Amino acid sequence: MKFSRRELLITAAKGALITALPMGAIKFLEPKEVMAEIKGPGKVRWAFLVDTYKCVGCGLCVKACKNENEVPYDTPVTRTWVERYIIKKDGEMLADSPMGARDGFTENKIRETAVDPKDIAKAFFVPKLCNQCDTPPCVQVCPVGATYQTTDGVVLIDRSWCIGCGYCIMACPYGVRFFHPVHKVTEKCNFCYHRITKGLNTACVDACPFGARMIGNLKDPNDPVTKIVLTERVGVLKSEYGTKPQVYYLGLDENVR
Amino acid sequence: MKSHVWRPLWIVLGLVGLILLLRPLIVPSDFGTGERGFMYGYHRKGNEEDWKAIKVKYRSKEYCKDCHQEKYDSNMSSKHSIIQCENCHGPAVDHPENPEKLVIDKSRALCIRCHAYLPYEQSDRSKIKGINPAEHNPDMECSMCHDPHKPNLGG
Ligand code: HEC
Ligand code: HEC
Ligand code: HEC
Ligand code: HEC
Repeated sequence: MKFSRRELLITAAKGALITALPMGAIKFLEPKEVMAEIKGPGKVRWAFLVDTYKCVGCGLCVKACKNENEVPYDTPVTRTWVERYIIKKDGEMLADSPMGARDGFTENKIRETAVDPKDIAKAFFVPKLCNQCDTPPCVQVCPVGATYQTTDGVVLIDRSWCIGCGYCIMACPYGVRFFHPVHKVTEKCNFCYHRITKGLNTACVDACPFGARMIGNLKDPNDPVTKIVLTERVGVLKSEYGTKPQVYYLGLDENVR
Repeated sequence: MKSHVWRPLWIVLGLVGLILLLRPLIVPSDFGTGERGFMYGYHRKGNEEDWKAIKVKYRSKEYCKDCHQEKYDSNMSSKHSIIQCENCHGPAVDHPENPEKLVIDKSRALCIRCHAYLPYEQSDRSKIKGINPAEHNPDMECSMCHDPHKPNLGG
């Protein structure tokens, strides 16, 4: 079969038309909307602030979260959890989070071995939860449009639409996603969306007696969280991934991953 | 141009056409890109309301005040005033209808979450009075000697 230059161009144009037509016909891609995105409209952008100095590792936030969001209490999965870090004087780092710290940390044993207090250079607790990233990789990979970001920045999962393929669980660099043992779909922290949209704090913020957790609106310059994020030395987790995480940490240590 | 090469192409095109026809029937009408754009905002709008509609379970301290005034007052005047009642008694949801009574957890595990001594100077854990649960009156409930609502030593 011999193709002249002219024929080739015509065939290519036809092919392009055929592929472009159905796309336009069903309004699948709306380039204007894709472009207009980036900063996003709205008056609210939820963000979280964790003060790691204040955390005592009692795990009451995890207990409250599991009850509030009906994550089966006796399974190891949880929407938020607390990690313990022990950095020894010889440089060795130990970290654990038994059952997500649902029952707190009650002994100096870490993974069955006791650490001599004299060997400890520093030891502290780091609460973790979904970062509600500005560019969430978990949302990008969803093949069915079951997970998405709301205008106010919270990433939600449509339980009736999720097919449980697990791509998003693999895509999240922070490991906040898991399978819900009852609903059999992906589950993750959503800043207690049912609470914050009613003007309440998240369950974990309310449960923390020490004020180690705060939730606020970054678009409100008078919000306590916004003020701290703008004026104090805060860190975020794994910024090198380009996810623009929106959970800020005070007193973050380089060993925290 | 008659060729066996074209046949699979027609089949594929037919399938694409079929899917396009069926799509509006299967996909809910409120499915769209929303304000966050296609990459992050492609979703079923109604799901946002589904999430908002979930019931709030933790009512927080002020809710207990009216009915358990005595407990509330004693707790608020103590070193435990920063602790939510529901941290120890579980979520109140529709209490006192459902559950009629909240759990009373007298376990030592509840208290040693905060009071088991841990040698972590860099954390505020070191600012809470710590005990060694294995030595501090083992096998006895803490509340036999300490008032969990107002544990202040010496009154
Ligand atoms: C509308 C009134 C009301 C409110 C509000 C209320 N309670 Fe109660 N609570 C009751 C009643 C009535 C009982 C049953 C008392 C009984 O039978 O001894 C009860 C029982 C309890 C019990 C069990 C007492 C026992 O002796 O077994 C606990 C614990 C308790 N409430 C805690 C709370 C907490 C914590 C809150 C706040 C989150 C709260 N209650 C809010 C009315 C209330
Ligand atoms: C640190 C944990 C803790 C906190 C915080 C707490 N409680 Fe209790 N509560 C207990 C324990 C433990 C008991 C059982 C006491 C006993 O054995 O005498 C109890 C008993 C009770 C009882 C029933 C027994 C009685 O003595 O009448 C009520 C009602 C109650 N609490 C209400 C409250 C309210 C209201 C608050 C918040 C203001 C609150 N509790 C905060 C741990 C707690
Ligand atoms: C047999 C009674 C008894 C029991 C049971 C008991 N304690 Fe105590 N506890 C005491 C007495 C008495 C003191 C005061 C000792 C002192 O002043 O040094 C005390 C002191 C404390 C202190 C203050 C320690 C300090 O450094 O001043 C804490 C915290 C404490 N207890 C927590 C607990 C917890 C948590 C439990 C349950 C796991 C518990 N206690 C069980 C009698 C008891
Ligand atoms: C959320 C963490 C937390 C839990 C859970 C908790 N406490 Fe406390 N407790 C504190 C804090 C904070 C203080 C005040 C700081 C201090 O002096 O230790 C305190 C103080 C105390 C004191 C010393 C009071 C004084 O005058 O110095 C006793 C005794 C005590 N708690 C007993 C208990 C008992 C018994 C329980 C279980 C029913 C319990 N605590 C559960 C955080 C907690």
